[in-house]
Amino acid sequence: MAKKEYAFYPGCSSQKGASASNYLVSVNSMNKILDVKMTEIPDWNCCGASISYAESGELPRLAMNARNFALSEQYLPGQDIVATCAACWLGSRESKERLEHNNVLLADTNTALKEAGLNLKVIPEVRHMVEVLIEDLGYAELARHVKKPLDGMKIAGYVGCQTNRPFGISGESYENPMYLDKLIETVGAEATKYDQKVTCCGGALAFSEPDKAQAQIKDIIEAAYDSGAEMLVTPCPLCQANTEVYQGQINKKYGTKFQMPVLYYSQLMTLAYGGSAKDAGLDGQVIRARKMEEFAAK
Amino acid sequence: MSDMNQQMTAKYKNNFLKEIEEQAEMGDWVKMCMQCGVCSGSCPTNFHSGWDHPPQELFMLIRAGKRDEVLNSNSMWNCVSCYNCYVRCPRKIPITHIMHGIAEYAYRIGRAPKSQPTLHLSQTFWNNATKTGRVNEVKLTQTLYFKDGIASGIKKAMAMQDVALGLVKAKRLNPLEAVGISHKCKDIKGIHAMLDKARELEAKRKGRTA
Repeated sequence: MAKKEYAFYPGCSSQKGASASNYLVSVNSMNKILDVKMTEIPDWNCCGASISYAESGELPRLAMNARNFALSEQYLPGQDIVATCAACWLGSRESKERLEHNNVLLADTNTALKEAGLNLKVIPEVRHMVEVLIEDLGYAELARHVKKPLDGMKIAGYVGCQTNRPFGISGESYENPMYLDKLIETVGAEATKYDQKVTCCGGALAFSEPDKAQAQIKDIIEAAYDSGAEMLVTPCPLCQANTEVYQGQINKKYGTKFQMPVLYYSQLMTLAYGGSAKDAGLDGQVIRARKMEEFAAK
Repeated sequence: MSDMNQQMTAKYKNNFLKEIEEQAEMGDWVKMCMQCGVCSGSCPTNFHSGWDHPPQELFMLIRAGKRDEVLNSNSMWNCVSCYNCYVRCPRKIPITHIMHGIAEYAYRIGRAPKSQPTLHLSQTFWNNATKTGRVNEVKLTQTLYFKDGIASGIKKAMAMQDVALGLVKAKRLNPLEAVGISHKCKDIKGIHAMLDKARELEAKRKGRTA
């Protein structure tokens, strides 16, 4: 069977020097081992994320996403778009759904796209990296590549919002999705049980309403500690950043002693597949994952 | 009152439900609400103070024609886009989108609360992202800190120093982006022309003359 190829939509935060650059490093390492081929969509642009709603209006936001669709179909025809970022995935999928269900919006979007020399006929499937892993490769294939199981490590899978709602991963529930726990177990670690798995980290409001967002983050980290977890693992760049970088501020505000590393699933997998700390982007942690560094060096 | 606000008041007279249905994104779903309150119970921000009205209350106010109370409300601006209300609503109302839609409409006709921090974030984010087609995270952060002037900006930046330094050390915040050395799209001109056209078409479809 010919190997499936994908159109890659890395998103703004994954770029070099940006807040999720270590996510991309680990995804590249993981995909190399799993032999997943992804080609970046030429000249892709920002999806607008959820937070742009007030300034963007509807059609300009749809046009931005449609531009990515049109570029993908033009240069990588027939390939599914794969996003690693939860917000990119959601923004694109939401746009796809609206354009496919509303001919007026689709016609207006095409009129706008014409100004950029593009035209949209077919909208590709839009998928999250995790869907490719679970649905196209499957847990057995993911397990097959494990060289160094993460034996004895206790990890809280933090699913968060936007890879879970409103679309979610097929076959999973909104209230207690299991895919991240299964990925953790696939690489030999223990997924701890805690009640904040799908609680919101505050999202973009970590910027505009820091006190409220940090109160939510505090609940998540606290519950993860209570479950015996040594670290958090997430599929979303904003979840990762919010739950990692504000721990110091939360400690000051609440007198807590949080120091919990927050990793991406792709970092876990890269390490379990025998990759180095550098392959896994561990140098990109703000709270160093020392246990993982030691593990990688073994 | 802004011109746009007057224009819309004249157009819809006392039919505020119709105004929201036609003007706010996904507003035509509002009348589906049966006032069960699952949305409020599901909202993570509902555990903090500062809400004027939970979603189901806003929807009832819309049907009751309480235009000022709805448009001036701060509730929509508290949405964290977590989609909990959206997936739990027994009537499958896209509540998250309606909250965004009402907020956007209030802002568009000049009725959003003054100095609303999340509105400012929304403006900053979109303008930042569309300037070059991709987000410049350093400029985004700077604009957010310095919105209330230099003194307050320096204070905020100092308070956030540890966070920023941690990110720079981890190579996840590139100080060079402050001087514009950042990732951008090649066809910036095409993107801007496309967005101008999209704005024009949306205003026309909604009968808004800017």
